[in-house]
Amino acid sequence: MPVVWIPSLLRELTKGERSLIVEGETVREVIENMESRYPGVKDRLCNGEQLHPSISVVVDGHTGMLKLRQRLHESSEVHFVIAMSGG
Amino acid sequence: MTTTLPVDEKKDDYSVIGKNPHRHDGTDKVTGRAQYGADIRLPGMMYGAMLRSPHAHAHILSIDTSDAESVPGVRAVVTAKDLPDVESKIAELGEGTINLRHQSNNILAKDKVLYFGHAIAAVAAVNPHIAEEAVALIKVEYEVLPPVLNVRKAMQADSAILHEDVRTDELGKKGDSPSNIAAHFQNQIGDVEKGFQDAHVIVEREFFTSMVHQGYIEPQNATAQYSPDGQITIWCSTQGSFGVREQVAKILDIPISKIRVIPMEIGGGFGGKNGIYLEPVVVLLSCKSGYRPVKMTMSRSEVLAATGPTSGSYIEVKMGADRNGRITAVQAMLAYEAGAYPGSFVGAGMGVIFAPYRIENALVDGYDVLVNKPHTAAYRAPGGTNAAFACETVIDELCEKLNMDPIEFRLLNGVKEGDRRVDGPVYNRIGYLETLEAAKNSQHYRTPLEGSNRGRGVASGFWFNYGGKSSASASVNSDGTISLLTGSVDIGGTRTSIAMQLAEGLGISAESIRPAVADTDSVGYTEGTYGSRTTFATGWAAYEVSNQLKEKMLERAAMIWETEVNKIQFVKGVFLYGDKQITFAQLASRLDETGGPVVASAAVRPEHSGPAFATHIVDVEVDPETGKVQILRYTAVQDAGKAIFPNYVESQLQGGVAQGVGWALNEEYLYDDQGRLVNSSWLDYRMPVALDLPMIDTIIVEVPNPGHPYGVRGVGEVPIVPPPAALANAIYGAVGVRMNTLPMSPARVVAELNKQKG
Amino acid sequence: MNKKVRVQATINGEEVEFLCEPRQSLLEVLRETLGLTGAKEGCNNGNCGACTVIMDGALVNSCIVLAVEINGHRVTTVEGIATPHGLHPLQEKFLAHAALQCGFCTPGFIVASKILLDQNPNPSEFEVREWLAGNLCRCTGYDRIVRAVLDAAQSQEKSL
Repeated sequence: MPVVWIPSLLRELTKGERSLIVEGETVREVIENMESRYPGVKDRLCNGEQLHPSISVVVDGHTGMLKLRQRLHESSEVHFVIAMSGG
Repeated sequence: MTTTLPVDEKKDDYSVIGKNPHRHDGTDKVTGRAQYGADIRLPGMMYGAMLRSPHAHAHILSIDTSDAESVPGVRAVVTAKDLPDVESKIAELGEGTINLRHQSNNILAKDKVLYFGHAIAAVAAVNPHIAEEAVALIKVEYEVLPPVLNVRKAMQADSAILHEDVRTDELGKKGDSPSNIAAHFQNQIGDVEKGFQDAHVIVEREFFTSMVHQGYIEPQNATAQYSPDGQITIWCSTQGSFGVREQVAKILDIPISKIRVIPMEIGGGFGGKNGIYLEPVVVLLSCKSGYRPVKMTMSRSEVLAATGPTSGSYIEVKMGADRNGRITAVQAMLAYEAGAYPGSFVGAGMGVIFAPYRIENALVDGYDVLVNKPHTAAYRAPGGTNAAFACETVIDELCEKLNMDPIEFRLLNGVKEGDRRVDGPVYNRIGYLETLEAAKNSQHYRTPLEGSNRGRGVASGFWFNYGGKSSASASVNSDGTISLLTGSVDIGGTRTSIAMQLAEGLGISAESIRPAVADTDSVGYTEGTYGSRTTFATGWAAYEVSNQLKEKMLERAAMIWETEVNKIQFVKGVFLYGDKQITFAQLASRLDETGGPVVASAAVRPEHSGPAFATHIVDVEVDPETGKVQILRYTAVQDAGKAIFPNYVESQLQGGVAQGVGWALNEEYLYDDQGRLVNSSWLDYRMPVALDLPMIDTIIVEVPNPGHPYGVRGVGEVPIVPPPAALANAIYGAVGVRMNTLPMSPARVVAELNKQKG
Repeated sequence: MNKKVRVQATINGEEVEFLCEPRQSLLEVLRETLGLTGAKEGCNNGNCGACTVIMDGALVNSCIVLAVEINGHRVTTVEGIATPHGLHPLQEKFLAHAALQCGFCTPGFIVASKILLDQNPNPSEFEVREWLAGNLCRCTGYDRIVRAVLDAAQSQEKSL
């Protein structure tokens, strides 16, 4: 199952857990499943039914352009990082 | 002097890529024929001018435009009242995010001005002089408020507040009272306390930098024609025409289909021309003046005072290393000026600061801080240079304490494929160590530096690079050439670097491609020329187009020879079938007899942009009397993945170094205590001139990006990251003072030397 | 509205006549009245050199020359640098050395470099840098511009 790294500012909701093994074939499913274990997580990561615009999801080292729809593998590593662009 | 060091195991066999054709738009640009935004002249065109705030922070009590409106020759006056009320919603524009209400208020201030130069009202008149005279007749009543000008003071609870509705955001959690800290970010990994306990040496320092400007030579400009049927045409200088279309549509609350943006040639951007300032205003002026076209051009003072510079910052860095020089823990706090509205690049700075190093224990806090200065914009690797200045000078101090060579220290701690970034993700194939090896083996580094008051500095840098959305379409002409349309504005030779990737795929010459930058009605959606993405992503779209054209042309060849496609080979622009052959150009002349025109288009959004790393070496001589720093020699080493158009890759490195040198030694925004910008001209905001710089040597390392068909990595941004740190380290080597403030101007260097003397 | 003045001058070898207000700069008239947009406005106060033109053989920043001042004088802009036979050697060398990125400062550099080579056909690197210190380029770091000018000087020497 995918491993989700929990950003430090969210760990207050995950009882200090730094990473979680969460079932899910997409980023959306992973967030929903985290939400059922740690209520409030979804609201922090999402703006309605979309990923919060200030957050990027990185899956296996690459920014997932499909965001919540990004597909995950059994061994995927998921990170929520600060969204940014360039000059 | 350029050296290219391919690291690829298999030798590539390109016939176009890696060569240096003349750029397609070159002749137009050396003869003065190229049309930039301000060069446009339309029948009946009028000229706009803007009233700007003389105060850094004030409520607007009233605006009276009646005198201005009555000036003969004035056709329209607009204020924020003419803008629709947009919701306070976050809109996603390309890759960035933006609060629409904030952007609208930045374009024309509504009830509060938030920085010196904030736009308030605009006039359109039959000539620019009348427009300026009319602007001077607009009366504004202000209630002046105390300005917030210092990033650390702005963070204090007792500071005056810029926006009553801004609460500190901490990953989706909002603070409960108004604050100038718009956001707090954090990256944390491992156990910092334990890491510092394991350290043999620890260095902890603080750093200060001021706002600096991109300094593109062409001021912002925009021309609009509002047609009676509601269709709008905008000609402007922008890094991204589709971004302008989206932003104008949202600010004016009109559908994008009503707007056509024609990107003119652009005189530099460096991140500063992603956002918009004038476009909605000229649209409104054109509409209100009876559908006359209106052109508005900023003065240089307006550009400096009221477009987005990059953040000034306050940074604390603590790093520990063991006896062998391995980094055991790092900690940093970065506070970046966002300017008048939230949204600095502190997040990027947090990502850049320790990116070149393998670190198990790290804690990085970042703060996005509101101050009464212009809203910051991207500037080449935005947020990165400030951060690298801090980290890379602390590393130099660690090396000194450990008695280690700075390149050896970096080789020991440098990241490679499989290592983890401080913000979590793991690197794929990257070329940082290769830049260090190349720097170590360079002629420059192997030549000892002699002479008094001379020193050598080394620093490295990182930039994420971005992929993003790009489209391209092409048609085969009967003379064997290909007309290529892309939506990528060409700021530094990208017409050609894109065309070369199309040409390579078809085995034809770069000169056989006719590349053009199309407007928003004429090509698929394409993000702006930013994020070091254009040669990477739009080049990829051109590569996809080449594959499609190849397939289609193979079908035509099969038709001519009355055989199957799979029996034909295509080698270097020649179709082969048994002992028969036909060149691409010959086949192109026979399209009519084989079914008519051949066209292709592609849209891509590649994700694997491949980060960029750079290592710079600089030698300086410091005049201990005046504090002037003279650069004696400079070498920039960078992993380009694959240099498609090497002359222009090298030029990106050299240009990035030059901007970094300006930032390091001269450039800074100077505000008086009332928040008025006092150096808003190029006489006083001094950018490097030819006499300030030596030749800038480059070493291009090529560690192909596995995420691109030709191995491309973006090259444009990372070269600005190392220079200030490299220069600070060189100054220390020369005269023994550690500079912690940018710019390291003569006065500051002398002040440090005087402190040293005691 | 200010009363307009009649001005006669030779621009790029051609006699021209135009009306302008006394307050209008040469740059404004070149660009907005005569349609010669090769000279660029970067600062409008003589600091960047993007508007460099030649007036009676001397370099001037056309943004700080009044249009009325050229009455009876000869002006050459970047549009007048190429010959009927093709590009000027400086233009050729700017292309060959990739001495431009955005190209906005390029007309000013070409015009300024032309006068340098007219006056000093074999300049040193330092002389080139010193001469061009009045022209700002933000893209290239000047390296390739200096090389292009030095190379153009060499090729001109050879062709003499």
